[in-house]
Amino acid sequence: MKIHIPTPLRQYADKKDTIEVEAGTVAEALSGLTAKHPDLRRHLYTDEGKLRAFVNLYLNDEDIRYLQKENTKVQQTDTLSIVPSIAGGWSH
Amino acid sequence: MLKIDKSNYDALRAHGEETYPHECCGVLLGRAEGDERIVTSIVRAGNTRTDSPQNRYHIDPRELIRIQRQGRERGEDIVGFYHSHPDHPARWSATDLAEAHWLGCSYVITGVDHGQAKITNSFALLGDDELQKQFVDEQIEVSAAQAGELAETQARS
Repeated sequence: MKIHIPTPLRQYADKKDTIEVEAGTVAEALSGLTAKHPDLRRHLYTDEGKLRAFVNLYLNDEDIRYLQKENTKVQQTDTLSIVPSIAGGWSH
Repeated sequence: MLKIDKSNYDALRAHGEETYPHECCGVLLGRAEGDERIVTSIVRAGNTRTDSPQNRYHIDPRELIRIQRQGRERGEDIVGFYHSHPDHPARWSATDLAEAHWLGCSYVITGVDHGQAKITNSFALLGDDELQKQFVDEQIEVSAAQAGELAETQARS
């Protein structure tokens, strides 16, 4: 399956915007990704090993939070998009 | 440095005037060349913070995926984002920094004063990770026209 890498993380993935991995679940896909590119790990996960809150994962067009989260099964034709949040505002 | 043509520059400022007194938001597409980000198109996005649109913005990741996919088809990449500050300065806030995660991208902010776009500033989000990230002021270079438009103008004259 393909994993789309967002602009800010490509420097840790040999400047690639898409990485191919073999996986049966989202967790396996991320594990495969960080095995190939270990520098990505600290940007995706906290020190406690949890996915950072601002990292959104979409399996095709579905947020995995509303599926089975990292246990969501994947097909080889699926696409996983890593999308850091975009938000802000003048409010302090 | 952020390079953008006048048409896109005016459009992102106009967006803030249209959504006033709410914050507008959108995506900057183009390419990065070293320390420069060159904007070739902008795409308006919806502000999902309908609970507090006058001082907060958030772009739905699904919308961003769509914008990114369309940009990829044209050979464009996400190089930054823009939003407006209604009746507040065109400077990043603590919230802007806390919620910024696209390291290496430009964040453009327009101050919209009583419905009129005033100053537009750009800030590069730099740093190696979340702990070290910071906004650094960057120059905006506004060109007169896109290369295609310029070539058309020259061909007609």
